[in-house]
Amino acid sequence: MTAQTPSSTPVAPSTKPPSLWARILDSDILASFLRSKVTMVAAVIVLLMFIGAAFSPWIAPTNPFDPATVFLSDANIPPAWQAGGDPKFIFGTDDQGRDLYSAILYGLRVSLIVGGLGVALAATIGITLGLLAGYLGGRVDSLIMRIADVQLTFPAILIALLIDGVVRGIFKGANREDTALYVLVISIGLSFWVQYARTIRGSTLVERNKDYVQAARLVGLPAPLIMLRHVLPNVIGPVLVILTINLALAVITEATLSFLGVGLPPTQPSLGTLISIGNRYLFSGDWWIVAFPGLTLAILVLAVNLLGDWLRDALNPRLR
Amino acid sequence: MLAFILRRLFQSLLVMLAVALIAFAMFRFVGDPVNQLVSLDTPQEQVAQIRKSLGLDEPVVVQFARYIYNAVRLEFGVSYQFRLPVISLLGERAPATLELAFMSALFSLLVGIPMGVYTALRRDSWLAKLFQTVSLVGISLPTFLIGILLIYLFSVTLGWLPSFGRGEVVKIGNWWTTGLLTASGWKALILPSITLGLFQMTLIMRLVRAEMLEVLRTDYIKFARARGLKTRAIHFGHALKNTLVPVITIAGLQLGSIIAFAIITETVFQWPGMGLLFLKAVQQVDIPIMAAYLILISFLFVSINLIVDLLYAAVDPRLRATIGAH
Repeated sequence: MTAQTPSSTPVAPSTKPPSLWARILDSDILASFLRSKVTMVAAVIVLLMFIGAAFSPWIAPTNPFDPATVFLSDANIPPAWQAGGDPKFIFGTDDQGRDLYSAILYGLRVSLIVGGLGVALAATIGITLGLLAGYLGGRVDSLIMRIADVQLTFPAILIALLIDGVVRGIFKGANREDTALYVLVISIGLSFWVQYARTIRGSTLVERNKDYVQAARLVGLPAPLIMLRHVLPNVIGPVLVILTINLALAVITEATLSFLGVGLPPTQPSLGTLISIGNRYLFSGDWWIVAFPGLTLAILVLAVNLLGDWLRDALNPRLR
Repeated sequence: MLAFILRRLFQSLLVMLAVALIAFAMFRFVGDPVNQLVSLDTPQEQVAQIRKSLGLDEPVVVQFARYIYNAVRLEFGVSYQFRLPVISLLGERAPATLELAFMSALFSLLVGIPMGVYTALRRDSWLAKLFQTVSLVGISLPTFLIGILLIYLFSVTLGWLPSFGRGEVVKIGNWWTTGLLTASGWKALILPSITLGLFQMTLIMRLVRAEMLEVLRTDYIKFARARGLKTRAIHFGHALKNTLVPVITIAGLQLGSIIAFAIITETVFQWPGMGLLFLKAVQQVDIPIMAAYLILISFLFVSINLIVDLLYAAVDPRLRATIGAH
């Protein structure tokens, strides 16, 4: 459904369907993308941030986590354009003398890895359970949807906090630095699956009774095959929007947990950890330690949200 | 109808049981209650005796039953960190959280609904576009960042409002404390309420806007226009009224998450509420507090859900028909 457009649907049955690339070029989605300047700017920002995160070890001027290159004597230097600034450190340094610009690039990388993996886990769980619930119906459906209801009892942040506490209770001796990333990914994955499951279940319920599914069933195809090959492609559309918006939510969740001191440790900081470190120096006037990581986080989330908003409108035929 | 109510009640009970099971599992298996109570050099016999006195040598089912029995009587055990009954710790801090949650819900409704209506009716005005942008920023900025920003602006730079605590509180009755009766209490409430309510406000604004736009394009609105009704009457008498049903539902359902999100706001503002207690419990792996908080929040949310569902059934005749058909 997603890539289909009014202009490409009335193709005579004998001709070959247009290639994916041709469909993309011809689509309304691309047209609406090129029409919206804000969306294009957001896309460029997101792209730049992804590149910055992916190549941070090569882009960053210093490695902020190499003790050999970090000196405590460089601590709390203001940004380069302020009095007392050092051109070596564009955005200044934090309390341990780490270059903030480099730390932000590395933090962005950690934030995006955790957010991306968390969303991927959430989508996998949610889509699977939603398909099962919608297609099989009956007991399976009510069981899964009940679990979803229970799950909704806990906002994402609460689940993540609980899981974090529980896991730390279990691995009392284990090194927190090794487990922190996995704990976060699991927490985010388990907190955000419900929305996918509900969306997928809703559209699966509609698709289940359509002729092509009945036909596939009559032919004797096994249920898993019908679900994956026939139903899934027809219900996956709305998930794209949720994926985009959830990436922003996941990044926020990770940052929040790190800010609360139960996420990533200061030795392996994400944007949230950097903000939490900077927050301690807010009252002494060293605003840059919190401001630049905060700004980066805000811009990233805003840009991803703008993309999600645009995608939702572009995919909703009623708003055209 | 009665059957529906009973079924929903039963479902809610099941949910609470599931939550209690999780809480019990945490309580019993994650942090061994005994290890927290004894030091390393406590003799083994004494450890065994404590274990027995807590009933930890009995079958798990019996322990679970006793856990539920205690939970119903609001007995959640003793906090590992404070050595005090969990319920008195939570009860002492509940008024702070509830007051904060109430004020931010009020703020989000009183500001969010008018903004939503305005942006829907005057879609292309610059103010509507500004609201839209602000709402996007509100959704994009994490709660804690908004809090930090507000503190930096109004406490550090301008020095108008306090950056932490509840101000002066007045005791009402046995356990309720309120900051609503003193000037410093009100001052202390402003920043945390805005911080906590901003996200809900943007949510409500966007929801009202979307619902309004949807309703405005329906046939009965067109018909009302055709009948020559005043625009004002159509917008506020017909459109807004129908918009408010989903809005109130969402607002009700959001109440639970406001209280949960208070954890973050309370941390930023060092607000002496349940959320701050819970966070400290997570940091210290103080399982009794975590479990109790989990149960209380779930109870709140399940109750709200139940009430909303029942109200829906009472209000919406279509739903009643499908219930009857089952």
